[in-house]
Amino acid sequence: MIVHQFNAAGSKARQDLDDAPIIRIHDLRKSFGSLTVIDGLSFEVHRGEKLALIGPSGSGKTTILRMLMTLETISGGRIEVCGEPLYHMSRNGAEVPADEAHLHEMRRHIGMVFQHFNLFPHKSVIDNITLAPMLTQGVARADAERQARELLEMVGLADKEASMPSQLSGGQKQRVAIARALALKPEIMLFDEVTSALDPELVEEVLEVMKRLAAETDMTMLLVTHEMGFAREFADRVLFFDRGRICEQGTPEQIFTNPAQDRTRTFLRKIIAAGHRV
Amino acid sequence: MDWDWQFAREITPILLQGLKVTLIATILGAAVAAVLGLVFALLRRSSNRVVARTAGFLVQFIRGTPLLVQLYFIFYVLPDIGIRLPALAAGVIGMGLHYATYAAEVYRGGIEAVARGQWEAARATNLTMRQTWTHVILPQALPPMIPALANYLLAMFKETPLLSAITVLEMMNQAKSVANSTYRYVEPMTLVGVFFLIISLISVAGLRWLERRYGRRT
Ligand SMILES: Nc1ncnc2c1ncn2[C@@H]1O[C@H](COP(=O)(O)OP(=O)(O)OP(=O)(O)O)[C@@H](O)[C@H]1O
Ligand SMILES: [Mg+2]
Repeated sequence: MIVHQFNAAGSKARQDLDDAPIIRIHDLRKSFGSLTVIDGLSFEVHRGEKLALIGPSGSGKTTILRMLMTLETISGGRIEVCGEPLYHMSRNGAEVPADEAHLHEMRRHIGMVFQHFNLFPHKSVIDNITLAPMLTQGVARADAERQARELLEMVGLADKEASMPSQLSGGQKQRVAIARALALKPEIMLFDEVTSALDPELVEEVLEVMKRLAAETDMTMLLVTHEMGFAREFADRVLFFDRGRICEQGTPEQIFTNPAQDRTRTFLRKIIAAGHRV
Repeated sequence: MDWDWQFAREITPILLQGLKVTLIATILGAAVAAVLGLVFALLRRSSNRVVARTAGFLVQFIRGTPLLVQLYFIFYVLPDIGIRLPALAAGVIGMGLHYATYAAEVYRGGIEAVARGQWEAARATNLTMRQTWTHVILPQALPPMIPALANYLLAMFKETPLLSAITVLEMMNQAKSVANSTYRYVEPMTLVGVFFLIISLISVAGLRWLERRYGRRT
């Protein structure tokens, strides 16, 4: 039910932009001190695309998502979201670094789900979900709660609205976190290894929710994961990262059954050996 | 040395008068300390290095000097530069400032104990800085601080007799003036001790309760 609202909001408001990439990353660089983590990265994401970012540990996947969520500053290059620069803005005709007001404005397009959930532990499940819409979008409490209940229904937690996060299992926490992010109706959702902190038997319930989300919405989704089987099923396009660059990209079919690069093959072989399904 | 019940009864009202001032000074001092402590804590977290350093130095300075000296300074030295304060106001500011530095440390610990992921979740849900503080960080940071803050409140209460040095007519000062005019010390001083003890015991019970209610389990 709720997902149709996303469709409407997504397509009506910005029909003119539908063909333009929703995310455009150009020559992006990021260093932590002397360590360069992202080095001249460029790629584009189209509206509605489901993208899986895979690659060895330390290749910069999380950093990319964090830069998109403005949790990290960039060291160079450019990111555009919905046709507007993320870290730049124009003032008196000149382009200057973005200020907090601009970042705030831009963050409305983007939501994120974290590996460790990061629910607000002092708030009940429903308050976790209604807090931001009420504070940042001026949604009335009654409307926010109605929407939160629909979202909880969708993630299969309709009976948990009054629970505190500490009373939930990891899988339930993560589904609440997904609902919390969805409540803001972002056009872009970022998922950073959202199942890797979960006990194995709880992984499926979260993946199930995400599969439905991918199938039923036209939200743009970027997914960092070590679950290759899920990436294959979920993604329209897979980017394989190595040392802060895209080493290879293609459809899941191409990447998983017929990778062109040796490094991709090595990575996939290792990850299968480590017990992940492909 | 004999105890004169009649005399004790006679001086009780004036001591209670003093106790009222003691309590007022404690409460106002605590309010000043709570607010100024927050200011210190925030300044020390400032991304501006100069601001953070200056605040850090100020906190160290205030902590490194005795409260009595600070009280004298505020009440007897500041008038030389034209700042003339009533005794109670000077006392409240002095105690408040002093205990603010301790409160700041408690705040800092409490704030730093909130997981980094909470800041990030607040940002990802697009809360403003102000909303992040009021709805996410402080509600988590404050409860564990309450026992420590209450402890300092009790400590401050027991230090209020220092205010007698700057002519505040709190309980100790009233007892001293009674003693000085009657040459009897045993009743006034005993009663002061008893009143402090009663309030401290009640406070300690309250503190225990706060610790059970809010204290961090270790
Ligand atoms: N705040 C930071 N300070 C310093 N170095 C950092 C910081 N964050 C990330 N790094 C470094 O940047 C590199 C890329 O990290 P990132 O977390 O983006 O990798 P990743 O691809 O997500 O890896 P993983 O699969 O293990 O999650 C790593 O070498 C990491 O140590
Ligand atoms: Mg990562």
